[in-house]
Amino acid sequence: MVDTLLPTPEWRSCNGPVSGRGPFIYAGCQSCIMLHVGKDEKAKYPFLPEAGKFLQDQGFSLAEFGTDPVLKVIVDKAYERIMAATRGSVYRSALVGGKATGDHTLNMEIFSFLIAIVLIKLANHNTLVQRFALNESRRAEAFLTGDLSDTQDRSRSDMARRIIHDVSGTQVVQSNHRYLIPVADYLIHSKSFHEREWKLVNREVDGGYIILKPDKAVRLVRHTLVTYITSRINKSPVPEMIPGFEVMVAQLVAEAERLTPKYVVTGVNPPCVEHAIKVLEGGENLPHSGRFMLATFLLSRGKPIAEIAPLFRNAPDYNERITMYQLKHLAGEKTGTKYMCPSCNKLRIQGLCFATEECDGITNPLQFGRRRMAAGDVAAQEAAGR
Amino acid sequence: MKERENEFLKSLFKKYYFDYIDKIPVPDALYEREFGYQKFDGVGAMIRHIQIADAGEFKAFLMGNAPSDVYCSNGYYSFPALPLKEKDWQGADLIFDIDAKDLELPCRKKHVLGVCEPCCRSMTGNPDGTTTAAVCDGCGGSESKMRKKSLPCKPCMQAAKKQVRGLVDILCRDLGVSPGEIKTYFSGNEGFHLHVAHDAFRVLGRQERSDLADYIMLKGLVPETMGMSKIRPDKNGFADLHEGGWRGRFAKAAFGSKTKRASIISGLVKSPDAGYVEFQKMMDDAAARIGIQIDPGVSMDVHRIFRMPFTLNSKSGMQKAPCPDVDAFDPYTAAVVLDSDSVAHVVADCPVRFGLGGRRFGPYKAETVELPAYAAAYMICKGFARMA
Repeated sequence: MVDTLLPTPEWRSCNGPVSGRGPFIYAGCQSCIMLHVGKDEKAKYPFLPEAGKFLQDQGFSLAEFGTDPVLKVIVDKAYERIMAATRGSVYRSALVGGKATGDHTLNMEIFSFLIAIVLIKLANHNTLVQRFALNESRRAEAFLTGDLSDTQDRSRSDMARRIIHDVSGTQVVQSNHRYLIPVADYLIHSKSFHEREWKLVNREVDGGYIILKPDKAVRLVRHTLVTYITSRINKSPVPEMIPGFEVMVAQLVAEAERLTPKYVVTGVNPPCVEHAIKVLEGGENLPHSGRFMLATFLLSRGKPIAEIAPLFRNAPDYNERITMYQLKHLAGEKTGTKYMCPSCNKLRIQGLCFATEECDGITNPLQFGRRRMAAGDVAAQEAAGR
Repeated sequence: MKERENEFLKSLFKKYYFDYIDKIPVPDALYEREFGYQKFDGVGAMIRHIQIADAGEFKAFLMGNAPSDVYCSNGYYSFPALPLKEKDWQGADLIFDIDAKDLELPCRKKHVLGVCEPCCRSMTGNPDGTTTAAVCDGCGGSESKMRKKSLPCKPCMQAAKKQVRGLVDILCRDLGVSPGEIKTYFSGNEGFHLHVAHDAFRVLGRQERSDLADYIMLKGLVPETMGMSKIRPDKNGFADLHEGGWRGRFAKAAFGSKTKRASIISGLVKSPDAGYVEFQKMMDDAAARIGIQIDPGVSMDVHRIFRMPFTLNSKSGMQKAPCPDVDAFDPYTAAVVLDSDSVAHVVADCPVRFGLGGRRFGPYKAETVELPAYAAAYMICKGFARMA
């Protein structure tokens, strides 16, 4: 099992220019900055292949962690590391100022990460994987920001830039206390942000680079850390249950079940759909793109074609036969290809977005009104189901 | 367009492709591109998903099909001839379309006419030659058969050129594109196309290109970017005239001078709430004036088959011509490549005088005239004339 936490040849392949596809481990890649990974770095960034090798070098077997009372402290720490993630809080590191105070701290930091992965594999629940990867990436983000902006110790800054490059494929250029990211890399990574501050137009752009502060530079690529850690966990095989881990694993499964979101759709239409219906009801002409949006939205919400078609009856160019044909086509009845409701971004460009506060950062009209059920609602629904 | 007009145009276009075939450059990465074309008698249908193996096949494609319009993908594919989902997209050049009609200049009222498609009668409802007529006074055709057609206009071209210069400036200064990676073409009708072969941008998807287009158009700006905030705005944080990028351009457009900048900012920070709203208006106004008017739909598209350089545009009979020097480029002479030696007799109806190929034409009032072939083709393409 320890071996499975080491980088595989597949992970080592350098995929060339940035594509945001990650993960990347560039051992042997000429374009990578090869630096020595010290103990502190292994503790701060336990997802690095060098940290995995550290565990192997110590000569422990996984079975020992289930039985040895000395090693049980590490298992408890690993468990707490996962539980912190399920609570949405970043695991509190024992490192002081980004440095391990001794070998014990170092072992705890690295081993607890690796054992946490073993526990997650045994629990086999995607919610745990996602939460753990997110919170570990947030932990690493804090260290990376500190290292990147360290102007006293150049090696720390270089290490941070190497990790960012290895994980995201993005080369951060440091120039006179400024951190530059190539425009194309920025565009690729920033597309996962919905806040307007991340739009290119709201950034300082000069000579093909975006100028960012260290925290923003690291925040930009944090999602690739999540992808990287997730990938490491997913690629590890599920081990046999380790005697002594059973209770913890059962508790993790229960916690994951509790956290798995369940949604209920309120049935309220988003403002773009309401606008389209209003236009049609008024006998005005709704552009083709608007009709496409309305039809695909209602079809996705499960409305039958027979109920959708009458909505178009007031359109100036209404033709029942053509309308029915097109609705059937969109529903996939003609070709088997079902058409999706366009994204909010596309609707915005087409002038069909009439966002209100209730839209609240959704990226597709279908997400509108989707309300997460409270734990009580879930329990009640489950009880009713039984 | 009718059969005789189609035949006339087809023979002229065919002659162009025969005469100029060696001057039409073969696109880069030919085998990875998708090609498409339209025919004169194809009622607008697009024939696409065509893969071309080599330069010889490329020449045969242009000469053999006698196309009305030819298109080439900005995208690169492993299998360009397969349906879209199976093409295996590898990347795409960045493309831009700047169209004079999108600039909505006041002069358009004078050179955009309504034309009745069936009878080629230009509508003369207004004193300036434009129309608001719902029915053709020639054949009685309805509004649905009328098309808006634009005649050559230098102010429109000058305005479009200004947009091109602005776009090139942003591409080079802000986005790090080298001038050699940008190829500018007159579209063959009313605007310009820019092809940008910058390796780093080739992998960008639709969403990334949309953000890039918004940057170029100065869309989605928040006041904080230019230094204004709702809470305790800092005078020193406002955009300044000497800065690069949009901050500098915005400062010049919104403040004008250092003195004005200082006084405007003082006014804004006195009452941040009202100032924030006022600043938002200033930004919207500046964005409308200095944002580059590109067609975002074109730039976002990673699968577009775009008019191919050096080919003819059936909306005008003019060439999609390269413009190495945009300022010096005169589309109404440089892009006129159809036969100037032969003449044609057409029935022309065009109340506005216009220049083409170094000569002046019109006005014509439903009269039979003898015109150089290129001018006859231009008027037929626009719908202002039919074969006599």
